[in-house]
Amino acid sequence: MTETIKPPAPQGKRAAYEAALRKRSMRIAALSTLAVVAAIVILVPLAPGWEAVKRSFFNGGVFAKTFPGLLNAFLLDIAIFAWSLPLIALLGLAVAICRDIQRPALYPLRLFATIYTDVFRGLPVILVIYLIGFGIPGLGLPRPWNSPYIWGSLALILVYAAYVAEVIRSGIESIHKSQRSAALSLGLTTSDTMRFVILPQALRNVVPANMNLVVALQKDVALLSFVGPVEIFRQAGVYKSLYANFTPYVGAALIFLAITIPATRYADYLMHKRRRLEQ
Amino acid sequence: MTPLLRMTNVQKAFGDNHVLKGIDLDVAKGEMVCLIGASGSGKSTLLRTINLLEPIDDGEILLDGVDISEPGLDPQPVRKRIGLVFQSYNLFPHMSATDNVMLAPRRLKGLSKAELEAPVTTLFERFGLADRMGHYPDQLSGGQQQRVAIIRALAMQPEVLLFDEITSALDPELVAEVLDVLRAVRAEGITMIFATHEMGFARELADKVCFLDRGRILEAGTPDQLFDAPKEERTRQFLSQVL
Ligand SMILES: Nc1ncnc2c1ncn2[C@@H]1O[C@H](COP(=O)(O)OP(=O)(O)OP(=O)(O)O)[C@@H](O)[C@H]1O
Ligand SMILES: [Mg+2]
Repeated sequence: MTETIKPPAPQGKRAAYEAALRKRSMRIAALSTLAVVAAIVILVPLAPGWEAVKRSFFNGGVFAKTFPGLLNAFLLDIAIFAWSLPLIALLGLAVAICRDIQRPALYPLRLFATIYTDVFRGLPVILVIYLIGFGIPGLGLPRPWNSPYIWGSLALILVYAAYVAEVIRSGIESIHKSQRSAALSLGLTTSDTMRFVILPQALRNVVPANMNLVVALQKDVALLSFVGPVEIFRQAGVYKSLYANFTPYVGAALIFLAITIPATRYADYLMHKRRRLEQ
Repeated sequence: MTPLLRMTNVQKAFGDNHVLKGIDLDVAKGEMVCLIGASGSGKSTLLRTINLLEPIDDGEILLDGVDISEPGLDPQPVRKRIGLVFQSYNLFPHMSATDNVMLAPRRLKGLSKAELEAPVTTLFERFGLADRMGHYPDQLSGGQQQRVAIIRALAMQPEVLLFDEITSALDPELVAEVLDVLRAVRAEGITMIFATHEMGFARELADKVCFLDRGRILEAGTPDQLFDAPKEERTRQFLSQVL
């Protein structure tokens, strides 16, 4: 049985010194944060336009009236996010695997996958959403195939799958070629080698990078508002016109942050954990 | 009797680097052949061509009289019959020792985990690793990892096993435990080709020792012939450096 030995911790005066050091830096951090916050709280209201800004951006009454509606509209963002995500994962994985194909007979697939990732990573997301979100319904398709939900989502899926494919491909390339040799030397097929040996390791390595894409996707769902769906950003715009007040945008921002900040923290945590494991 | 494995005039180049310059080698069934030679002489490349991890440029490799170096031939059935153990173990880090061993038999022989349980456990017990079956590679010492790698190759019940300097990445005190395993494998009469720097081990177990020099088998013979009475000047030089 392995006996766990406790790593030595600083003792006596060393421990006291380190504690004092820690306390001191904590005090400095607290003081400087307080100073900055105080400056903002005191100085910003002194600005000549503050009263007007406060009325149009931080209006409690408008906030209370519009917040439930915003939350409701945010459900649509979540729905779009939820159905896009698995499709992005599948398409991204498929494209990444196509880009790794070695067999000459399947070269066209590889070429297509390469062009696909280059094109969709090379375009601004909003442009793709416009082109597909307006372009395809413009073909005069019958209901429900003329829905901007479908084509807007497709645009997001196509763009994000290209990024995910690139991330996964970098993960595949990061696996040392000796792993492939070892699997092949046992007689495994190339597809079994990919499925059981390369991909599981590659995907694990790129979890943090993909988490960052997930966070970005959560925000980019709002871009669909430009082609129709009344999701939170568009709903905020409607309220803005209705109340002639910008507070609904602040409400929408808060709702986004409530989701994206924890997700970002989690991605950072995963990244950190990976790095520690690799040492 | 035809040899189990016969290489004739095997040539291999990486770009301008002519690594194998006409290898002729016969390995009889049950024989153990040791490859010795300086770093860069082509030992690893030679083994990789037999396992079809490297295509050759010219010559023939016959297994049971069938040319396995035929271009376009499916390498898989051949690899099932010829195992390879690497210097750097190359265990799959995301799988437990047991799963490393079971992967190939499950996929290629269609055996279930339950069916493999008993024979695989026997292998681990034989090599003193019964209490390590559920461990992941990073929880094992180098010597233990290399023994798992040997078990993984053995589990496919290959006819020929190739070993590429499997002890040279190990600390000296771990070399012995891996060599012990090889003695046991040797006792079963599996055909083996063994690239090594362990001259004492080659002398003890090999039927034939081949000295590889700049892409050629310069001299081959029984261990006694090669170690005690080398004919070639370069063999003598090499041996004086390593012995
Ligand atoms: N995949 C490869 N691509 C290019 N050159 C290679 C490749 N593999 C091996 N070589 C070259 O072939 C030559 C022989 O290498 P090889 O690994 O077979 O030697 P070795 O006898 O096994 O040496 P060592 O004792 O260091 O393992 C070297 O010059 C090496 O650089
Ligand atoms: Mg080598």
